[in-house]
Amino acid sequence: MTASEKKDLQLTAVRVREDILTATHGAKSGHPGGSLSAADMFTYLYFREMRIDPKDPKKDDRDRFVLSKGHTAPGLYSALAIRGYFPEEDLANLRHTDSYLQGHPNMNTVPGIDMSTGSLGQGLSAAAGMAKGAKYLGKDINVYSLLGDGELAEGQIWEATMFAAHYSLDNLCIIVDKNGLQIDGWTKDVMNTDPVDEKFKSFGCDVICINGHDFDEIEKAFDRFHKNHGSGKPTCIIMSTTKGKGVSYMENQAGWHGKAPNDDEYKQGMEELAAARKAIEEA
Amino acid sequence: MAEITKIATRDSYGNALKELGATCDNLVVLDADLAGATKTATFQKAFPDRHFDCGIAEANMINVAAGLSTMGLVPFAATFAMFAAGRAYEQVRNTLGYPHLNVKIGATHGGISVGEDGASHQCCEDFALMRTIPGMTVMCPSDDIEAKAMVKAAYEMEGPVYMRFGRAATPVFHKEDYKFTIGKGEVLHEGTDVAIIANGIMVPEAIDACEQLEKDGVSVYLINMPTIKPLDEPLVLDAAKKCGRIVTVEEHNIIGGLGEAVAGYLSEVHPTPVKRIGVGDEFGHSGPAGELLKAFGLCAENIVKVTKEFNK
Repeated sequence: MTASEKKDLQLTAVRVREDILTATHGAKSGHPGGSLSAADMFTYLYFREMRIDPKDPKKDDRDRFVLSKGHTAPGLYSALAIRGYFPEEDLANLRHTDSYLQGHPNMNTVPGIDMSTGSLGQGLSAAAGMAKGAKYLGKDINVYSLLGDGELAEGQIWEATMFAAHYSLDNLCIIVDKNGLQIDGWTKDVMNTDPVDEKFKSFGCDVICINGHDFDEIEKAFDRFHKNHGSGKPTCIIMSTTKGKGVSYMENQAGWHGKAPNDDEYKQGMEELAAARKAIEEA
Repeated sequence: MAEITKIATRDSYGNALKELGATCDNLVVLDADLAGATKTATFQKAFPDRHFDCGIAEANMINVAAGLSTMGLVPFAATFAMFAAGRAYEQVRNTLGYPHLNVKIGATHGGISVGEDGASHQCCEDFALMRTIPGMTVMCPSDDIEAKAMVKAAYEMEGPVYMRFGRAATPVFHKEDYKFTIGKGEVLHEGTDVAIIANGIMVPEAIDACEQLEKDGVSVYLINMPTIKPLDEPLVLDAAKKCGRIVTVEEHNIIGGLGEAVAGYLSEVHPTPVKRIGVGDEFGHSGPAGELLKAFGLCAENIVKVTKEFNK
């Protein structure tokens, strides 16, 4: 990617982060921490990687995305809104009684959502089903699924990974947002899911470990995913991230897993992100 | 009964899938290492490229089916009722029911007629679990002909369906020209003293009970109710109005099944005494299917006894 393309992605990611704050602040609830850690990945997927058309969200041969860690809907919704699936100003109505923006992704109310998720451990299986369906139908469709590292404690993740390898789903890209934190604290203390890379390797995936906030590394990882087509191996991108990335008081704090910023915190967060935008623009 | 041919409805399931598979290209079948027992191996042999074994991982199978359905395929996911409705309940609820996906669950080995395997495999709670999921269609056929028609109807409708089939061979009493409609009950005998509403393998028992009761001077309105949800409310209301008392018979716990669906509906629109025959608030145990059914009162003899007492 060119320097200018990278700069555009960085600026878009700042906007995604601003929208995450706006949405959760408006909802007075929701999950900003894991949305912010995955904001760069959401940005890359929807602005560079996936073959999609916001004007035709149900297009038959589109690539699919399943947010297995469904609670980070604010991040996904923000990327979708900025990409043009629905009005960005609707994000402030997240989780409101009359809003189509449900607390967890709903494929029947939100344009661009390919699978309803929220109950951890289930999304990857649905993504594997999509990938299997694409293979069976002989269609060139990639399926991406984003998981949390805490979510890996769910046994069904491993059932799904086994299925993906068994059926040679090299059109499936598993992405793990390894921010190291979950509701009750550090993942290594709550239920250690390490070594994540060795686990996915032993389950038959091609594993790529990257910095999930570096667009060059994200691009390389997806290049390898594309090269894996024909190999019969599912790809697993494990991205090291910072929970709450971009908002100083949220970074690496388990307490910001599922809590909305109050008015003062929202103001501070938006100021920090404005400063980040300025720094990118002036770089 | 005049007809003595006996076929297990799990066999009907496998045969119906094979028959449909010949013309329906988008029909795919999933199993969790039980293709031999669920009889989907019949389909597998005919269409090996359309049969996906998921191994012993029912939760994953249900959600893989969800994903497949969004690609325009019509997946039939097969396993035992215990694992489809029990183990994978939350997968069915959240990833099939909530998005209302076009997945059909073929759950075999329902009820205590599973027999010797015992309580761990005798699911008597599946109707209850499945009917609480909004938008779910829940059915249980009474014989081979109805089972095959049900599978076809399930394929033709849009939305999630749960079908329970049995392990044990059961009499075939329907004629080949039987017209099955989802959500409609079937009147097997007109009567005015008491209505008996049964489903699944209890229907042949209820037919025998009906004959005996009629001989003994009790006029029976006998209904086969293959669809538990959506319930054929007009027919239930008609039975209540004509007879004033209803006996329900099901191979299921009396909590949450057909009996409660009937009683719940009637208590709101036309309060009517309802006597539920089914498995009580207890687990099953090992034994030959026939002996177990008798032991739990799921037989014509007990239906006659209970109905007479209820009709006094």
